[in-house]
Amino acid sequence: MDTAALTAWIREFARLIAQEKQRLTELDSAIGDGDHGVNMDRGLTAVVSALEAEPPDSPSALLKKVGMTLISKVGGASGPLYGTAFLRMAAAAGDSVELGKVLRAGLDGVTARGKAEPGDKTMVDALTPAVAVLEGGGSIEDAARAADEGRDATIPMVARKGRASYLGERSAGHLDPGATSAALLLRAAATTLGDGA
Amino acid sequence: MKKLINDPANVITDALHGFAAAHPELRVDYDNRVVVRGDAPVRGKVGLVSGGGSGHEPLHAGFVGPGMLDAACAGEVFTSPVPDQMVAATRAVDGGAGVLHIVKNYTGDVMNFEIAAEMVAADSGTEVVAVVVDDDVAVQDSLYTAGRRGVGATVLVEKIAGAAAEEGRPLDEVAAVARKVNSYGRSMGLALTSCTVPAAGRPTFDLPDDQMEVGIGIHGEPGRRRVPVAPANEIAEMLVSPILSDLDFTGGDGVIVFVNGMGATPLIELYLMFNEVSQLLAKAGVEVARSLVGPYITSLDMAGCSVTLLKADDEILRLWDAPVRTPALRRGA
Repeated sequence: MDTAALTAWIREFARLIAQEKQRLTELDSAIGDGDHGVNMDRGLTAVVSALEAEPPDSPSALLKKVGMTLISKVGGASGPLYGTAFLRMAAAAGDSVELGKVLRAGLDGVTARGKAEPGDKTMVDALTPAVAVLEGGGSIEDAARAADEGRDATIPMVARKGRASYLGERSAGHLDPGATSAALLLRAAATTLGDGA
Repeated sequence: MKKLINDPANVITDALHGFAAAHPELRVDYDNRVVVRGDAPVRGKVGLVSGGGSGHEPLHAGFVGPGMLDAACAGEVFTSPVPDQMVAATRAVDGGAGVLHIVKNYTGDVMNFEIAAEMVAADSGTEVVAVVVDDDVAVQDSLYTAGRRGVGATVLVEKIAGAAAEEGRPLDEVAAVARKVNSYGRSMGLALTSCTVPAAGRPTFDLPDDQMEVGIGIHGEPGRRRVPVAPANEIAEMLVSPILSDLDFTGGDGVIVFVNGMGATPLIELYLMFNEVSQLLAKAGVEVARSLVGPYITSLDMAGCSVTLLKADDEILRLWDAPVRTPALRRGA
C-alpha cells in the first residue's frame, strides 16, 4: 500500500474518532478523566489539516508526520502512546507498507513507552490480537474483528496502567477507552486498505 | 455551572493573559503556554522546569521566580502539557548548568516529559534530569497501578530544589535534593465536593451532600473510600494516620506540615484542620518544625483538603527557609 492508501486510512481513522468522540469521552469518564475523545479528536483534526497543507511524499514521511502531530497536539497519555506508535511505524515502513510489519513496530513502541502488557486493560489489548492475525496471514477485516474482540475483552479486566488503575477492582465492568480507539484504527484500516476497499 | 469565564475553550489562554498582566516580572510564551522567570536563563544556574495539567493553580506557574521554578508549562485542564511546551521551557531556562524536570507521577505527564527530554537530547547538548514526584499514600498497591500520584509534596520539592539551584549547586546535587524531598514526603487528600471542569460543564463525579471521598487525587479521581461527612478531628485522623503508618516521622529535625486547600475550602477551615493535625502529631511524638497552610495545589473548585508531611533535616530546613519570590510564595526576598 502506498502513500495515498495510507492517507485514506488516517482520514478514515480521524472521521471515526470524530464520530465516536462523545462515546470515547463517556467511556473515559467512567474509569479515567473524561477527555479521551476530546483529546484524540483535537489531535486527528490537526493531523488531517497537516496532511492537507503539505501532503507527504512517502509512506514513512506520512506516518512520521502523523506521529509528530499527535505528540504535539493530543497531550495526556494518548498523545505519547499513539505518537510513538506512528513514529515506530514510520521507521519500519519502506516504500511500500506491509501493514502487519508496521503495526507490529507500532505496538512494540506503545509497549516500550507505556510499559503495558496484554491484560492491563489498555490499547495493547486491542492491538495485540490484531497484529497476531496479520502476522499469521489473516486479512485486515479479520484483524479488525480481532481488535474488536480484544477491545470487548477489556470489560472484565482490572486496570493496571493509567488513571483507571487508581480505581483498582472498581475499574472492572467497563470498556477501556484506549482499546476502543485502537480498535477504530483497525476498523479504519479494514475499510480503506482491506480486500473490500 | 457558574464560573467566572468567557468561552470555556479559552480559559487557559485568558488566564495566562491575566497572569502576565498581574506579574510583569515574568514572561509568558502564549504559543507554548509557558511561563518563564523574567531574567531566564540565569547563567551558570541549574534551570528548574515543571508543568502539568491546568486547574491546580497556583501550581505550577505561581511558583515561577527566584528561589523556585524557572519555567512552568500549562496543559489543558487536567491534561498533561505536550513535549513541545517542555522543550520550549527547557531551552528558555538553560543557563549552561543543565535543566531539572520536576514531574508529577501521572502516566501522561511522565511520558510527555520523557519524550521532551529525548527531543532536547536529540538536538542540543543540554543535560536534562527528571525527578518524578509520587507522594500520595492513598494509592496503595503500586505493582498494580500507575504508582503513587504526585500531589502536595510537589510544592515542597519545587521550593526546596529551587533553593538548592539558587545556591548555585550542580544538576546532580539539585536532583538529589529533589529526590530526597520526594522520598521523605507523604500526602493524603479528601474531597467534600466534586470539581467541575469548564469544558465539561458539570461535576466530574457525584458526591451526595452527606458523603465525602477519602484519598482523592487532584483531578477528581476517586479515592480509597466514600464515608459519611465527619467532624474535622475525625477527618484529620483519616488523613494523618495513613501517612504516619507509611513512614516514621518521629525524631530527627521534625517535619514540615503542609495543610493544602483543594480550591473551594476557606482558610478558616484549613487553619482549623491545621490545629487538628498538629494535635495528632503531638500525640504521635512528631515535632512540627515548619508549616505551610493555604490553597497551593488545587483541584479547580473542589472543596476539601490534603495533608502533606515532610521529614526534615538540616539541609531541608535551611533550603525551606531560603528566600523565594514568586506570585504564590514569597518570603525574605
